[in-house]
Amino acid sequence: MAQPSVAIIGAGQAGLQVAVSLREQHYEGRIALIGDEPHVPYARPPLSKAYLLGEAGDLALRPQTYFAQHRIDLIAGKRAVAIDRTRRMVGLDDESVIEYDHLVLATGARNRSLPIPGVELGNVFLLRTLDEAALLRERMAAAKNVVVIGAGFIGLEFAATATKLGANVTVLDVADRPMARALSKTMSAVFTREHEKTGVRLMFNTQAMRLLGEQCVTAVETVDGKILPADLVLIGIGVIPNVEVAATCNLTVENGIVVDEFLQTSDPHISSIGDVAAFSNRHLGGGRVRLESVQNASDQARCVAARIMGQPDAYDAVPWFWSTQGSLKLQMAGLPSSGCEEVVRGDPNASKCSVFLFRDGKLACVETHNRPADHMLARRLLAERAALTPDQAADPTFDLKSLLPRPAARVAAA
Amino acid sequence: MPKLTVVTRTGDEIEIEQTRPGASVMELMRDHDVPDLLALCGGSRSCATCHVWVDTAFLSKLPEAVEEESELLDSSMHRQPNSRLSCQIKWKDELDGLRVTLAPED
Ligand SMILES: Cc1cc2nc3c(=O)[nH]c(=O)nc-3n(C[C@H](O)[C@H](O)[C@H](O)COP(=O)(O)OP(=O)(O)OC[C@H]3O[C@@H](n4cnc5c(N)ncnc54)[C@H](O)[C@@H]3O)c2cc1C
Ligand code: FES
Repeated sequence: MAQPSVAIIGAGQAGLQVAVSLREQHYEGRIALIGDEPHVPYARPPLSKAYLLGEAGDLALRPQTYFAQHRIDLIAGKRAVAIDRTRRMVGLDDESVIEYDHLVLATGARNRSLPIPGVELGNVFLLRTLDEAALLRERMAAAKNVVVIGAGFIGLEFAATATKLGANVTVLDVADRPMARALSKTMSAVFTREHEKTGVRLMFNTQAMRLLGEQCVTAVETVDGKILPADLVLIGIGVIPNVEVAATCNLTVENGIVVDEFLQTSDPHISSIGDVAAFSNRHLGGGRVRLESVQNASDQARCVAARIMGQPDAYDAVPWFWSTQGSLKLQMAGLPSSGCEEVVRGDPNASKCSVFLFRDGKLACVETHNRPADHMLARRLLAERAALTPDQAADPTFDLKSLLPRPAARVAAA
Repeated sequence: MPKLTVVTRTGDEIEIEQTRPGASVMELMRDHDVPDLLALCGGSRSCATCHVWVDTAFLSKLPEAVEEESELLDSSMHRQPNSRLSCQIKWKDELDGLRVTLAPED
């Protein structure tokens, strides 16, 4: 091959960041960034929040001109359909072929569909892409009764947005509390109370059985026989990793593309990052996970770019995440897992509080509601493996900063 | 056109001449390809990965930080009296000559 080259499948948050980081580190070879959406890479988080309110600025993560300027061959609107590992080539759906020395699989995830009658009706939405959000935004204008199926992050962000836009919003979930898989019981209770205050109706331990309507949806029927009028339905019941292209070339796939601690697949010429990658690291207490967050996509991308540039390092970043739900701001650092001891800092009945979660006496995760300082400190405490005890966390007068090394004195710059 | 100067993590200076009133300093930096700027939350005061140190002569021309911004910055390892989140600084022509330094990553 004449020139070294990197091919990246998936032009989302993770795929773009690989290309950006490679160029920042003066990678000289060719970079092909292949994405099946007809847009420049864009930020997804605003799609369930500011974008629907018409308040988001430009969602593009880089201006259109960036790609040519940096010799990044953005192949937008085309799908990678095959990988030939022996010849190191990616085949696209238009039958063109891209060669690589290193291939990064950053194909993300897609929404899980709901296998019940009526999901094909008009005004029933999933929310992942800009195109879906654009249509949703248009239809929101006339929506009066909105039903959200799934009280996860996206469902609740959307519920808060729809409430702000003036709709009557009902959220259903099979679980007994919101964000049940990710949040402590205490924090779930805070969010239940706060959402209810704004008028969102939350229904737990129930399920949609079918969607009713002729062309457009008119109601949702639940398994317990309730009929909820709805002129718009959003389904947010989780995602499925886009592993198909990896599976075509026999890479190990198991709820995501399996990678080692360097984010490398079973083929040393292929890495995988972002929502699609199943990895393990020290913050996870042993298991393998897939994380769906901007932080994870971006930090994993930087880790792989550094390895391509000859600086291999195990991926070790502290996971963190935010979810803005109307005026509620949830931030998380570390990873939740069941069986943690919950310690509340602040007043859970007030408009701000934090929950510190301890696994075997060690800090594992911190959830904050409107307490950004605790969130930032939590990221550092976890990174430093600071020896915070549950009693210290519970004591509002205990200075969390005292457990952190002091930064070297610095002369004020600029 | 009113100009913004950015000092990168490696100490290089980038001059941004195409400033747009209303755009945030973070957006101007991102669109002019300032290396190492992550700005992961896209300007929603959630990540603090757009932290800059602002030329002190300009501090008084900037609106005060809201509580959420100060809290995020207070807990940063690289907090200085002139720390700001660049996504919270809306560009206006009076800021001509502003110089910001990208703070190290937390
Ligand atoms: C509505 C919404 C709100 C969110 N809010 C937050 C938030 O507040 N905070 C947060 O941290 N995270 C949030 N997230 C999650 C975050 O956006 C994702 O974790 C992040 O986008 C993952 O990046 P990625 O590059 O791995 O995947 P993606 O961004 O999904 O990018 C993958 C891309 O690859 C494309 N692709 C897949 N297969 C192929 C193929 N074979 N060929 C070519 N292209 C392919 C996909 O179409 C997609 O464009 C949100 C997500 C959504 C949908
Ligand atoms: S971009 Fe996230 S706080 Fe500024």
